[in-house]
Amino acid sequence: MSNEEDYLQEYTLRSWLLTTDHKRVGLLYMASITLFFFVGGAAATVMRLELMTPKGDVLGSPDAYNRLFTMHGVIMIFFFLVPSIPAVLGNFLLPLMIGARDLAFPKLNLLSWYVYMTGGLIGIWILLFGGVDTGWTFYTPFSTMFSNTMVVTAALAVFITGFSSILTGLNFIVTVHTMRAPGMTWFRLPLFVWSHYATSLVMVLGTPVLAITVMLVALERLFHIGIFDPKLGGDPILFQHLFWFYSHPAVYIMVLPGMAVISEIVPCFSRRPIFGYRFIAGSSMAIAIFGFLVWGHHMFVSGQSMYAGMVFSIISFLVAIPSAIKVFNWTTTMYKGAVWLDTPMLYALGFIGLFTIGGLTGLMLASLGVDVHVHDTYFVVAHFHYIMVGGAVMAYLGGIHFWWPKMTGRMYPEIWGKLSALIVFVGFNLTFFPQFILGYLGMPRRYYEYSPEFQVLNVMSTAGASILAVGYVMPLVYLLLSLRQPAYAGPNPWGATGLEWQTDSPPPVHNFHDMPVVTAEPYDYSPEAFQEEHDHAVSHASR
Amino acid sequence: MPQFDDVHQQAYSSTLGMWLFLVTEVMFFGGLIAAYTVYRARWPEEFAAASRHLLWPVGFVNTIVLLGSSLAMALAVRAAHLGRDRETVRWLVATMVLGTAFLGIKATEYYIDYRENLIPGASFRVPAEGHGEAGAGHGGETAASLDPGHFQMFFVLYFFMTGLHAFHMIVGITLVGIFAYLVRTKWFSGHGGTQVEVIGLYWHFVDVVWVFLYPLLYLIDIRP
Repeated sequence: MSNEEDYLQEYTLRSWLLTTDHKRVGLLYMASITLFFFVGGAAATVMRLELMTPKGDVLGSPDAYNRLFTMHGVIMIFFFLVPSIPAVLGNFLLPLMIGARDLAFPKLNLLSWYVYMTGGLIGIWILLFGGVDTGWTFYTPFSTMFSNTMVVTAALAVFITGFSSILTGLNFIVTVHTMRAPGMTWFRLPLFVWSHYATSLVMVLGTPVLAITVMLVALERLFHIGIFDPKLGGDPILFQHLFWFYSHPAVYIMVLPGMAVISEIVPCFSRRPIFGYRFIAGSSMAIAIFGFLVWGHHMFVSGQSMYAGMVFSIISFLVAIPSAIKVFNWTTTMYKGAVWLDTPMLYALGFIGLFTIGGLTGLMLASLGVDVHVHDTYFVVAHFHYIMVGGAVMAYLGGIHFWWPKMTGRMYPEIWGKLSALIVFVGFNLTFFPQFILGYLGMPRRYYEYSPEFQVLNVMSTAGASILAVGYVMPLVYLLLSLRQPAYAGPNPWGATGLEWQTDSPPPVHNFHDMPVVTAEPYDYSPEAFQEEHDHAVSHASR
Repeated sequence: MPQFDDVHQQAYSSTLGMWLFLVTEVMFFGGLIAAYTVYRARWPEEFAAASRHLLWPVGFVNTIVLLGSSLAMALAVRAAHLGRDRETVRWLVATMVLGTAFLGIKATEYYIDYRENLIPGASFRVPAEGHGEAGAGHGGETAASLDPGHFQMFFVLYFFMTGLHAFHMIVGITLVGIFAYLVRTKWFSGHGGTQVEVIGLYWHFVDVVWVFLYPLLYLIDIRP
C-alpha cells in the first residue's frame, strides 16, 4: 500500500535519540513517562503498606515516610501527570489531527524531551541519595529554613522540567495557529486539539511563575535572603500565592488533556456526532481562564482575608460550570447512541464516573465552611486523586488503547483490555473512596501513624491499592506483547473519523502520502452504519 | 524546513513562537513584580528610603544606552528585510556594543553598592541617610526608625530583578553576535530578515523590561 517507509522503520539508538519526528518524540516520552509512573507508583504502594497499621512499622521512621510521600507527589505531578497526555498523545496526534507534516518546531520538540529527562533524572537522583521531606508543595518557611533535605536540588529539577512543559505548550500553540491543513478551520478542529490548545495556554502562562517561585525558594535557602522568612521581613503567604497561581491551573494541565481524550472516544464508540461541539470547545477555554482565578481556595486557612476567601470560593464554584457542560455533553452524546463497550470506551466511562465524584467533592471543598473542617485531611487527598488519577490516568490509559493501533499498527487483545479497565476501576474506588470517609472523620493527611479507629478503612484502601497495581501492570504486559504480532491493525480499526485515521498505521514519516484537504465537519458519525462497522472492527481485532 | 509549506508559514510560525516565548518571560518577571508590589505596598517608607540609595542618574544614562541599542536593533531588522547584509551586520554589532556598555555601567553600579554594604546577606548594613539629599525633611524618618529587614527586602528584589535582567542581556548579546556572524557568512536562506526580526523581538522585550524596572526601583521617591 505504501511506497514510503513508516516512522518506525529505523531501529538504531541514534535514530531515536536524534529524531525530530513528533511521533517518535511522543514514543520517547511514553517510555520515560511509563518509567516514572511505576517509580511513583512503587512509592505509593510502600506508603499504603505503611498505613495498613496505625503504628509505623514498615519504614521505621517518620522521616523516611515524609521523604516517600514527597517523592510520590513530585514524581507523579511533575514527571507523570503534567506531561503524560500532552507529551505522549498530544505530540503524537496533534500534527496528524490537523493535517500537518510535523509540529512547527521539531527540534525544539526533541529538546523538550531532553530537558524533561534532565529534570527527571535529577528527580531520581534525589530519590536515591537523600530525598526531600517538604511535600511536593515545598511550603515555606519549612522548606527554606528548617528542612535539612535536598530542597534546592528538587527545586532545580522542577525548574528544569518546567521548561520542557513551556516548550511543548509553545510548540502546540504555534502549530495549531500556523500548520492546519486547507479546510481545517478553527471550528473543524477535533476537540482533542481544542483541549490541548487550552492546556498549552495554561502551560505557557503558569509554568514561568512556578519557575520563578522555586528559584526564590532555592535562593532563600542558599543565601537566607528573607523573601519568605518573617524574621528577615518576608512573608510565607507570598510563597503560597505564587505557588498556587501555577499549581492550581496545573490541575487543569492534568485534566484538560484527559477531557480531550474522552471527547474523541465517546463519539466514536457511541457512533454519534458529539453533542454540543462548540460548547465543549468553549468550555475548555473557559476552564483554562477560570483556572487562573481560583488559586486562593488552597489558602482558606492560611490567614488570608475572609473576603478574599469568599471571592475565591465563588469563583471556584464557577469552574464547575464548564466542567459540568462537558460531562453533560458526553452523556448526551451516548444517549440513543449505539454504545460499543470496547476497552477505550470502558476507560472513558470510568473517567466520567470518577471525574464526576471528584468534581462534586471539589464543590464541597470550594465551600469555605466545609473546607475548614476537612482541610489537610484525607478528604482532600481522595478528592484530588479522584480528579487527577481517576481523571487523567483513566483518560491516559483509554487514549493509549484507542490510538495503540494507530501508533504501532498492532491490535491488543480486547478481552485483556476490558479486564484491565474493570480492575483499575474497582481497585481505584476501593483505594480512594474510603479516604473520603477517613478525611471526613478527621484523619489528617501526611501522617505516619494514626488512631486505631481508622484502621479498617485504611486496610480497605491498601487492599484497593494492590488491586489497582495489578490493573496498571496488566496493560504494560499485554501492550508490549502485542508488539510481537505483525502490523495488521489497518488504518482505521474503530471506523473513526478524524484525519489521523486516514493515514496508514503506523503512519509514514511525513504523516500523509498526499496532504489532506478537509471538507467535512468533525465527528461525522452515522448511527445507521454502526453494526457493519463494529463487525469490521472486531474482525480487525481478532486478526 | 520540511515541515513548512512555504517561507510565509515559516515566518509566521517563528514570529508567533517568539511572541509566545516573550509571554512566558512576562510571566516570569511578573512573579517578581508581584512580590515587589506586595512588599512595597506593605512597607512604603522602607522601600522609598532604600530606593534613595540607588543612583538614579546612572540608571537614567543606562536607560538611554539601552534605548539606543533598541534603535540600532530596529535599524538592523530594517536592513535585513531590505537585503543589505553589510548594513545589517553593522547595526547588529552596534546593538552589541551598546548592550555591553549597559552591562558595564550596571557592573560599576553593583560595585558601588557592594562598597556600601548594600548586598543582602550577613554583611548588609542599613546605610545612614546621605546618598541623596532627599532624606531630610521627609516625614523625618531616620534610618533608625526603619525596619532593617524590610529595608533589605528592597535590595533583595533590586538585585534579583536587575540581575535577572542582566542575565537576559548577556543571552541577548550572545545571540545577536551569533546572528551577526550568520548574516555575514550568508548562512540564512535569503537575507535572514525573519531571523533578525525574531531576535529583535527578544531584544526589544529585554529593553521594555528595563523601562519598567527603572521607575519601579530608582524613581519611587525622587522629588524635584
